[in-house]
Amino acid sequence: MMTVLTDLSIAAMKSGLRTRDFTAVELTEAHLDAMARARHLNAFIVETPDIARAQAVAADAALAAGTAGPLAGIPIGIKDLFCTAGVQTTAGSNILKGFTPQYESTVSGKLLADGAVMLGKLNMDEFAMGSSNETSAFGKVISPWHAHGSDGQPIAGDLVPGGSSGGSAAAVAARIVAGATGTDTGGSIRQPASFVGIAGIKPTYGRCSRWGVVAFASSLDQAGPMARTVEDCALLLTSMCGHDPKDSTSLNVAVPDFAAALTGDLRGKRIGVPKEYRLDGIDPTIAALWDQGLEWLKAAGATVVDVSLPHTKYALPVYYIIAPAEASSNLARYDGVRYGLRVTPPGGNLADMYEATRAAGFGHEVQRRIMIGTYVLSAGFYDAYYTQAQKVRTLIAQDFDAAWNVCDLLLTPTAPSAAFAFGAKADPLAMYLNDVFTVPASLAGLPAMSVPAGLSADGLPLGLQIIGRPLDEVGVLDAGLAIERAAGFSARP
Amino acid sequence: MSVDAETVRKIARLARIGITDAQVAPLADELSTILGWIEQLGEVDTTGVAPMTAVIPTHLAWRADAVTDGGVQAKVLFNAPDATSGFFAVPKVIE
Repeated sequence: MMTVLTDLSIAAMKSGLRTRDFTAVELTEAHLDAMARARHLNAFIVETPDIARAQAVAADAALAAGTAGPLAGIPIGIKDLFCTAGVQTTAGSNILKGFTPQYESTVSGKLLADGAVMLGKLNMDEFAMGSSNETSAFGKVISPWHAHGSDGQPIAGDLVPGGSSGGSAAAVAARIVAGATGTDTGGSIRQPASFVGIAGIKPTYGRCSRWGVVAFASSLDQAGPMARTVEDCALLLTSMCGHDPKDSTSLNVAVPDFAAALTGDLRGKRIGVPKEYRLDGIDPTIAALWDQGLEWLKAAGATVVDVSLPHTKYALPVYYIIAPAEASSNLARYDGVRYGLRVTPPGGNLADMYEATRAAGFGHEVQRRIMIGTYVLSAGFYDAYYTQAQKVRTLIAQDFDAAWNVCDLLLTPTAPSAAFAFGAKADPLAMYLNDVFTVPASLAGLPAMSVPAGLSADGLPLGLQIIGRPLDEVGVLDAGLAIERAAGFSARP
Repeated sequence: MSVDAETVRKIARLARIGITDAQVAPLADELSTILGWIEQLGEVDTTGVAPMTAVIPTHLAWRADAVTDGGVQAKVLFNAPDATSGFFAVPKVIE
């Protein structure tokens, strides 16, 4: 019974809890057991079994009393970028080691208010800067997946879970949690979801409040859910979205019941295929899966049209100006004064303390990005780099606007590769290029999701990405559901 | 774009990140590679294009200029590395 419970979808858990087939306490204990068995993955920075058990007891009481919220008793994990009251929140960084927020982020608070059970804080790339989870100060997260040779035998060697929401991805794929929060600045929900064979959606910028989420690049950062099915993502997303006066960029628009809106019926929908995403030397398995995905969407009633997004090749360089620029500003707050690490050299003054604290507290990739951001914002270079990047960003957004004249959704691969080995992309540029398909939608603030669609030649998950118009999460999720049904993705780690 | 040692030291100082002499040369190489790659943006004609200011058009909401929070000194100081007499304490500053 225990192992079966951790395999259930969130939708099936909700149903089973309401019919009293099992209790929230039983469900939580099954997941805590799974957590204990999978510690080698290093998916969690902090485990919170005591909180989880208390929340499960409360969920059972609410279910019995008929006052249960929509996520009562559902075991989830929270990415360590979300501030959680009384529970250490570090953003995967030494500079925040021991930081215990005295308040709850809006998004995690909404999930908990809806009855979700928090199993712990999930590991991640430091300050969400990374695509492999190798930059966490708390050690790398290991994917539960292994590659297999043509003889069907497993190939030795651990693989990355993707990043930056790598702990979230690994925990969901390994059936430790039913769902998790992620955040996505340039692909940090979609790329790890693709790497571990789960679904994940980044909603429209402004749908989810950023209040209480440790800031990386404020004009790009957006929270979203990661789960094993499209419907489960929709259930979590409904809870996570909503206007928040505490975030000035939070959109004051109605939040649909995303799960209730799902049909998988794509009749009348036009699916755009951006030609610029068909890169030279694209992996043939990924190209074939992309074509297969288009066939699946046609079978669900959609039509397919070719579109052009001419500024696509500039998206990554734009991103690697804007994101570091915003990060260099946001991360200026870590100065050893109000919270986090403080290092004072003997006899040192205040300036010495700042420099020593930040040298010791930030990892290499974070320091590199702060320095890039500082450079592109510095006097004499601001217009050439930062202003030019914001102008090209406008052009990238206009490319999407033009595409929406002829199509309703876009279908692309999520990532140019399956999961890779640790250390395989030691060159920062090689790592940055892994986000080539996810960054453009981030720059344009569009809703986008990854859905597991097939396997690579060596048996690793591959996702397809659906991008939609602003606020058309329903359309994105519907196309995701159509692919999920057609693909019948049943592989598991 | 080639970043020299002096520029690396200047950026590190602006960013308030202490670096050792041994870090300067490798950082110069890394930053040069990344900045060289992003320089391709210069080839895009952006004449008459407005820089993006809001990715999803929205207006910033006004609120009454009123006290909505406060009286939480203990919470504010809870995570301070050094809180003394209800203040954040820092090393002595003598100019």
